[in-house]
Amino acid sequence: MSKQVLLVVPSAIVARGLEQVLSGTGEFEVACILGHLSGNSPAQLKDMVFDVIIIDPSIFEYASRSNGKSVTASFSDAPVVAMECTPLDDNIRKQYDGVLSLTDPPAGIIEKLREAIASRSETQKNEGEELSAREKEILVCVAQGLLNKEIADRLCLSIHTVITHRKNITRKTGIKTVAGLTVYALMNGLMEM
Amino acid sequence: MNDNFQFSGQQKMSALLSKDFSLLGVLTRMGLPFGFGDASVEEVCRKGGVDTKAFLLICSIYALDGYVPPRELMQEVDVRDIVKYLHRSHRWYLDEFLEELADALKEMTAPCSEKYHLIIRKFLNDYREELAKHFAYEEETVFPYVDQVLAGKEGKDFTILQYEKNHSNIQEKLEDLKSLVLKYMPDICESRAIYRALTYIYALEYDLARHTVIEDDILIPLVSRLEHHE
Repeated sequence: MSKQVLLVVPSAIVARGLEQVLSGTGEFEVACILGHLSGNSPAQLKDMVFDVIIIDPSIFEYASRSNGKSVTASFSDAPVVAMECTPLDDNIRKQYDGVLSLTDPPAGIIEKLREAIASRSETQKNEGEELSAREKEILVCVAQGLLNKEIADRLCLSIHTVITHRKNITRKTGIKTVAGLTVYALMNGLMEM
Repeated sequence: MNDNFQFSGQQKMSALLSKDFSLLGVLTRMGLPFGFGDASVEEVCRKGGVDTKAFLLICSIYALDGYVPPRELMQEVDVRDIVKYLHRSHRWYLDEFLEELADALKEMTAPCSEKYHLIIRKFLNDYREELAKHFAYEEETVFPYVDQVLAGKEGKDFTILQYEKNHSNIQEKLEDLKSLVLKYMPDICESRAIYRALTYIYALEYDLARHTVIEDDILIPLVSRLEHHE
């Protein structure tokens, strides 16, 4: 499966250009393009799974710009790469897992994204693509139609933990909807009809 | 991507259709027959009672990635032709395409236990219901509203903007079905049957995506312009 990319770039030209560069290889796929990250966009993104996020840091107020990366942490643990459309301070550059420049050739952009993803997956512990016992348990709850809050109560977990597990389930199985997850659970004998 | 490519009424219908596989579905749903020989697009359309401009516009959306219709074309095309096409597509998805997909899935799960049969059939039925509901809203609310706007008799309680806001995603379940068939069918299923099911799923996914583009980028702007008497 190609790596899923989230673009948060206000300029349509830059967004389309990046999309063009990334889609050409088949290695990456732009799953979502946003012009900004408003208060409610993270909610819209909560069920999506990204492998890398590209952000133009100019979308953040200058005063809060150093917090840019923490905004994405609320909905994704994917590496975040800055798209430098206007010159960035060194201490802002340091916040990101890589910096793309407008003059980068297509191959250079791909390289930087690969590096960002590679450096991030080294820091994460390398779990297999099999669902863990806990994930299977949560999957069955989802298939039974329970809400995140109800799952959290039943398994004595925080809602945040449940959401993280659900994201991992979707990442591993490639299945997003409750109906699809139900089929997966039934086919794999995790529950009976 | 071939950016310089444009369809025209003067070219041969056979040349236009050879550009992209999905255009065969457009031709059929427009009610145009095969067997056109060397006739031009215009000739085939005229003979079949189809507006050439609407046909070219819809074909361009299907075959050309990121196509932006020229302003003149958007002014000349009749919104009724677009609605007619969307209506026929709705019927085609539900009455023909999903039936064929159901057959392909049935064939695929034939060697499996009854359980697989039922699970997949229920999933497809649920998806069918979701699609039918989505289309019914368009057929019963949006399309009649377009007629009212054309007649200058629209009420105040609905505008095309509401449709734009409520236009829901009808692809998610289909994407899941794709993952399930692609990754998780048991070994006893025949590869040939999985392949056949997948070709239907991929084709439907592509077609629905373009169908949505026609609604969002053609129908909505056309109606919005009529609302403002432009």
